[in-house]
Amino acid sequence: MSDASSGGQRRGLPPVATLILQRLGLSALLLIAVSLLIFVGIEALPGDFASTYLGQSATPQAIANITAELGLDRPIWTRYFEWLGGAVQGDFGTSWASGQDVSAQISRRLGNSLFLAAVAAVIAVPLAVGLGMLAVRYVDRLADRLINIVSLAAISLPEFFVGYLLILFFAVKFGVAPFPATVYDSMSLGERLGAIALPVATLVLVVIAHMMRMTRAAILSIMSSQYIETAELKGIGALRTIIHHAAPNAVAPIVNVVALNLAYLVVGVVVVEVVFVYPGMGQYMVDAVTVRDMPVVQACGLIFAAVYILLNMVADIVSILANPRLRHPR
Amino acid sequence: MRLRSIPPSAWIGMAGIALAFVAALFAPVLAPYGEREIVGAVWEPMGPEHWLGTDNLGRDLLSRLIFGAQTTLFVALAASILSFAIGICLSFVAAVTRGIVDQGLSRLNDLMMSIPTLIFALVVLAALPQKLWILILVMAILDSTRVFRLGRAVAVDIAVMDFVEAARLRGEGTIWIIFREILPNALSPLLAEFGLRFAFAVLFLSTLSFLGLGIQPPQADWGGMVKDNSDGIIFGVPAALIPGGAIAALAVCVNIVVDWLLHRTSSLKGGRDG
Amino acid sequence: MADLLEVRDLKIGAHAYEEDGSRREIEIVKGISFDLEKGRVLGLIGESGAGKSTIGLAALAYGRGGVTITGGQVRLDGEDILALSPRGIGRVRGARVCYVAQSAAAAFNPAHKLGDQVIEGTLRHGIMSKSEARARAAELFGILGLPDPETFGNRYPHQVSGGQLQRAMTAMALCPRPDLIVFDEPTTALDVTTQIDVLAAIKRAIEETGTAALYITHDLAVVAQVADDIMVLRHGETVEYGPTRQIIEAPEEGYTRALVDVRTTSKPAATDQSGALLRLEGISASYGSGPQVLTDVSLHVPRGQTLAIVGESGSGKSTLARVITGLLPQSAGTVTFDGETLPPRLAQRSKDQLRQIQLIYQMADTAVNPRHTVAQIIGRPLRFYHGMRGKARRERVQELLDQIEMGQGFADRYPAELSGGQKQRVAIARALAAGPELILCDEPTSALDPLVAEGILSLLMRLQKETGVSYVFITHDIAIVRAIADSVAVMLNGRLQRFGPRDEALSPPFDDYTDLLLKSVPEMKEGWLEEALSSRRIASGGQ
Repeated sequence: MSDASSGGQRRGLPPVATLILQRLGLSALLLIAVSLLIFVGIEALPGDFASTYLGQSATPQAIANITAELGLDRPIWTRYFEWLGGAVQGDFGTSWASGQDVSAQISRRLGNSLFLAAVAAVIAVPLAVGLGMLAVRYVDRLADRLINIVSLAAISLPEFFVGYLLILFFAVKFGVAPFPATVYDSMSLGERLGAIALPVATLVLVVIAHMMRMTRAAILSIMSSQYIETAELKGIGALRTIIHHAAPNAVAPIVNVVALNLAYLVVGVVVVEVVFVYPGMGQYMVDAVTVRDMPVVQACGLIFAAVYILLNMVADIVSILANPRLRHPR
Repeated sequence: MRLRSIPPSAWIGMAGIALAFVAALFAPVLAPYGEREIVGAVWEPMGPEHWLGTDNLGRDLLSRLIFGAQTTLFVALAASILSFAIGICLSFVAAVTRGIVDQGLSRLNDLMMSIPTLIFALVVLAALPQKLWILILVMAILDSTRVFRLGRAVAVDIAVMDFVEAARLRGEGTIWIIFREILPNALSPLLAEFGLRFAFAVLFLSTLSFLGLGIQPPQADWGGMVKDNSDGIIFGVPAALIPGGAIAALAVCVNIVVDWLLHRTSSLKGGRDG
Repeated sequence: MADLLEVRDLKIGAHAYEEDGSRREIEIVKGISFDLEKGRVLGLIGESGAGKSTIGLAALAYGRGGVTITGGQVRLDGEDILALSPRGIGRVRGARVCYVAQSAAAAFNPAHKLGDQVIEGTLRHGIMSKSEARARAAELFGILGLPDPETFGNRYPHQVSGGQLQRAMTAMALCPRPDLIVFDEPTTALDVTTQIDVLAAIKRAIEETGTAALYITHDLAVVAQVADDIMVLRHGETVEYGPTRQIIEAPEEGYTRALVDVRTTSKPAATDQSGALLRLEGISASYGSGPQVLTDVSLHVPRGQTLAIVGESGSGKSTLARVITGLLPQSAGTVTFDGETLPPRLAQRSKDQLRQIQLIYQMADTAVNPRHTVAQIIGRPLRFYHGMRGKARRERVQELLDQIEMGQGFADRYPAELSGGQKQRVAIARALAAGPELILCDEPTSALDPLVAEGILSLLMRLQKETGVSYVFITHDIAIVRAIADSVAVMLNGRLQRFGPRDEALSPPFDDYTDLLLKSVPEMKEGWLEEALSSRRIASGGQ
């Protein structure tokens, strides 16, 4: 039996704490590497910003002017550390296109995006985990097969297709939901929820199929383990077997599934925001990409990646905490 | 393998994929009108003249759909083949050589995967000129991280088997071990993965085009057609849903076939016991 | 009086999958009947695929993984449990009939304490109060020889050893005072010196609690120690059924006799053991920066002879083979082959040096590439080392197939179409094809059924006589050593415990470990277990 914990024990820290500290350190390292990739890596790509920025009208003089104006003539490392230093304090510089402060724009839109994703998650997670368990309960029977086929189709649907379908029916034909999904600061929570009904529905539909299929697979693999058979051969009822024997071991895989899909949800908002003209981070980033507004693109890229890394880290830490081998070392 | 043992759902999936490829290959023959030809009013409804109606500029939607199949399938296929070639080669080399090469490639892969694909693509495409080959390359490289992860896992599973060690003890070179010992055993999971990657490439390209960062107009492609016609939705014009439905249908078909392939290989493994 | 368990014409079916994925029904148990009285032990014995585990589980009205009971009756105290409702079956399982699995490590839930799992069934069935059950568990832990019986239950499964888990599983089965326990190969996964203690513990527990038992195993010598009666099974049918003494002393059926007489292969050890082909001097090795797994091992193999390396899991015997092949470079010491020093690393060795040492693996399933035909598998070394092509290679492949007694018609088959024994033969032919001086055999028979293993051993001996090849034979099985070795090396914790000519090494005076090892090997006679335990000098290391 391998014992990954013994190293930590000798240094006086419980192995769980050691592993969690390692995981935190790794995430920080990853975030720095990502920032390098997004800032330095992008500049190392062929073609320079000034000429792509100017497009057709690039004369040598204009390029030189723009290069100086945007500070692109200074060494890359100087600019990277300035950018990173600023980013840590929440300052992402000014937009090339509008000249506005990037951080101010982002802070408003990030809240909107997280609100959208959070509402979708609150609906999708219990629904998906429940459906996944239902499929396991009736494995290989009609309900399971039905869920399987429907979810297989659902994971193939692009977000914009689902979005426009919902708009056509619920906003245009029946007129029961608003479009576009505009929100502004003076709205009450109820008004906001009403405004984002359709984008939330789209996100839920898209993410639920994935999450449900993965939940089903995770629980099935636990239900086929030998200790479940042992419980059955001890005459333990199905309900107690699931709650007492399967559930404690299912926590880690299910949390992983949820975290992975929440990460997916965060990316899903990009397309959904464009479809519903919703004032969030995704819309902001896509607009910036079209006009090659690099400070905005890099800031948004870093924030999206950070959320993604954070979610994966949380999932790993929950797995560590849920592992009895690590919680109760030899 | 007997044809009878293929379930009807898999037949439907394969037929759908075949239909899309036929449309793409024979587009100029099949399409009633030209790709960029304006043949009527804006957003004409479906009728005998234009089976699927016309688009936001009065072009025949069916013709654009058929020509769009050409672009969408070509770019998605090229990107997934390229991503496969990159991912499989690197992952197999990593799995067979292990040590520092494996460490380096795996860590780089972890780093690439810690940024969501779409976000990464947006950042990179913002900085690069809009050219078709660049688009294909970006899609391929970003997607190859997924292929790498699976390929490495599969290859490591096989590489620790005794027959691979036996080949190593015999003195065989890395090329033999990769192509003669490991690859033949990895084919069926990789085939299924190729299907998934292709479906993903279709969806991903469509998403990029929909966001205005993929195929540039006036060339027809399914994602771009959704974008072009999306303004019609609020007037109750369903033109945007037709290319959207085509994307969804193709992806569903590929997924059905992949699901069958995966199920088939896993049920072969479940033998008897006792 | 009525018997506790009456099995009548039991038939069990399963799904088999064809190459193309289509499903087919097969019968794996074909009408078995037997009776078991209260307090008696029946041994079910047979090779893999004989259906013995399936029959054992049928006593709990359970079919594992797509297996369904298709006919017959299983009567417990006169009541057919196959006809019970799911609730009714639930009241039988874990209360009146309990089960002990082969792999206790997988059968315990990693998330709960051992003690809670041991008493869970007893509590759920309302057989005892919680404090009674706890006391009962502690008592059973004591009977089973577990350390600190009062607090043992506070540990988690990963915190105790494999042998202890197997005893804890036995305690779990005994806890509700069942009428019947099904033991499904409870000691098969254990080392031989651990097996003897667990076996003794199980036997004592059965005697003290007076429960009846079905004891399932493939090892006749083991079952002879615990069973009152034995049923020999083959391909789902009864071969012979009778009292233990009759089965092992006067078997009536040819198949039973073959099982009893297995390991009759024997050869006199060579007397002249000078002239070493392979010589190891002061070999030490470790994996990466981990602890040392081999310490200062020196031994030699005379040309044309067999050295058996004996040891339990973790003794370093397989690591030694990896050092000899160059897969794991030693940290100290030298390997000399045919008078020249071998470079430690595989990559530094010449093609001819590689050719001269070949390896045969334990698991024939993974040792041959499933996507290559037999001809490709055997033909590759011919091409690689000897440059043989076309007709010459085909003819040589056929010659080798004849040598391993497989004859015509196998060249174009894939491994999936071969039995386990045939696959191992193909692996042997692949080693022979290189034309080696030395073949390392890493437990080549331990995954095979006894009769098949016997065939492989006699093949290896014949090939040695014909070709003069030397063997290093790694095994945990003393009986094999007696049968084939010229010299013996006993290993413990990475050190050489004993080395010398066979007859000397296996004769007294012994060191303590060799004594323990030799006395732990089950012998096919009644009463061996008690004799062995009483004559033992040291106990096995607290397993």
